[in-house]
Amino acid sequence: MADRAFTLAIWGAAALVASAFLWLLGDLVWHGMAHLSWSFLVSAPVSAGREGGIAPILVSTLLILAVALAAAIPLGLGAAVWLAEYTRRGDALGQGVRLSLDVLAGVPSIVFGLFGNAFFSVFLGLGFSILSGGLTLACMILPIFIRTSEAGISAVNDAWRHGAHALGMTRAAALWHILLPSAAPAIAAGLMLGIGRATAETAALIFTSGYVDRMPESLSDSGRALAVHIYELSMNVTGGDSAAYASALVLIVLIVAINAGALTLSDRWLARRITLS
Amino acid sequence: MTNPEYELPATYTVGEVEAGPPCCEPVPHLSIANLSVAYGSTLVLDKVSLDIYQGCITALIGPSGCGKTSFLSALNRLTDLIPGAQVSGRIQFENSELLDPQLDVLALRRRIGMIFQKPNPFPLSIRRNLELPLREHGVRRRKVLEERIETVLRDVGLWDEVRDRLDKPALALSGGQQQRLCIARALVLEPSVLLMDEPCSALDPIASGVVEELIQRLRGRYTVVIVTHNLSQARRIANYAAFFWMQESVGKLIEFGHCQPLFEAPVDPLTLAYVSGLRG
Ligand SMILES: Nc1ncnc2c1ncn2[C@@H]1O[C@H](COP(=O)(O)OP(=O)(O)O)[C@@H](O)[C@H]1O
Ligand SMILES: [Mg+2]
Repeated sequence: MADRAFTLAIWGAAALVASAFLWLLGDLVWHGMAHLSWSFLVSAPVSAGREGGIAPILVSTLLILAVALAAAIPLGLGAAVWLAEYTRRGDALGQGVRLSLDVLAGVPSIVFGLFGNAFFSVFLGLGFSILSGGLTLACMILPIFIRTSEAGISAVNDAWRHGAHALGMTRAAALWHILLPSAAPAIAAGLMLGIGRATAETAALIFTSGYVDRMPESLSDSGRALAVHIYELSMNVTGGDSAAYASALVLIVLIVAINAGALTLSDRWLARRITLS
Repeated sequence: MTNPEYELPATYTVGEVEAGPPCCEPVPHLSIANLSVAYGSTLVLDKVSLDIYQGCITALIGPSGCGKTSFLSALNRLTDLIPGAQVSGRIQFENSELLDPQLDVLALRRRIGMIFQKPNPFPLSIRRNLELPLREHGVRRRKVLEERIETVLRDVGLWDEVRDRLDKPALALSGGQQQRLCIARALVLEPSVLLMDEPCSALDPIASGVVEELIQRLRGRYTVVIVTHNLSQARRIANYAAFFWMQESVGKLIEFGHCQPLFEAPVDPLTLAYVSGLRG
């Protein structure tokens, strides 16, 4: 009897969560689809975004994301490898770095925004630009990306490390051929967490990449990200609601597409370099 | 410690030899003098001196924790990778000082291969497992790679079992096959010495028997140092045996000599007690 009640409660909770999510998604699709069209995707916003489309915003978003990933992936992998392979367990420096990363991972994004503004925009003189925004996002996603990747690399079977060393392989070769491919799923997961966070980011970008909604001509131009656009439309532009819905729908589709892409890439890479049974 | 005048008994000299000279030569291949290993401030192996003879199988026996694995790891300098591990003494190997800090350890590990207790094929295809170490040591030509791979797989008796699935995952093989693949992977680099750390203890009796037979076939062509807890296995396959024991929680070499006399007429009472199963 108690068991049945318990089962019911579990199912109830699951159903509640699922329906809340479905309702949200349904609402988004319902309102978004009304305004969404091909021309919405390929034309520039008119009258503060009430009319026209989001082409320059889409381009800016992708550029900011590209800058963020180009900076975060190599740096993050390097740091993760250093933490996992080159610091001893219990080593003070390594522990300190881990702790700082964990703290940074929980810092609100507005703080990153202010830091990015002070450091990239003002101190390095990058101004309000896609470059500043992308680099700020990189700082924001690095902590979680590094820690997830590190966990993935550390979890790789030690017997393979020993085997590789006993065959006279260099550390770099062991890393490249065995450890990183084995850790690829964790690395991809860390990357997707980061991309999800970065794509949906507003606060960190307002002060760094700004909200100019023209088509950017270079990375040093200011550019408005999708999330900033949605924020702008729903908060500051009267009559911008339907455009906001459509933009939000595009944002969701973008995140899903990027995640699917990252998964496929990591699977491909894995399949090519490694064959887990 | 050795009694060189003792003749090797026939059963230990013929075996299933398919390649190489039928008997090992009483020429030292590795001369170890006063080898000590410490982890941090704990000494685990104290002043071990012995010669490992060319082409022979030398069995290391003794209870767990007496430093057999540490001894093997010092021989291919895997101890370099353990933080805090300190190795002292002298090891002469093929005209070089093995413990010389200037020595090219990657080249050394190519000459001295190692097999671990638990089979550890990489999570790659069977072919890539054998190709990877070769490529890392600069062998790139397709034809050479393929020839070498076939040769070593034939050497370990795996060729007929896997020739049709070279591109399938190595981890899908059975435990015994995986261990033979690991031996092949060590052989593919054409080493002269093979270190084996309890290579059969993670295998079922049949697979263990197959691997044991394979080790016998390596005699003559390779110098083999094998750690085993299976005393009857040591008696069956080894030419020489070394008995390690812990005294005051430090590993020591108690007795070393030809295999059969060490088992049948040991000089040291500790050895006698161990091989007759009284202790350990
Ligand atoms: N990496 C290490 N760090 C510290 N102590 C170790 C390490 N490896 C082995 N030891 C210690 O050294 C001793 C000998 O171990 P080992 O060489 O593995 O012996 P065996 O192989 O004969 O069982 C043991 O007491 C073990 O706890
Ligand atoms: Mg051991």
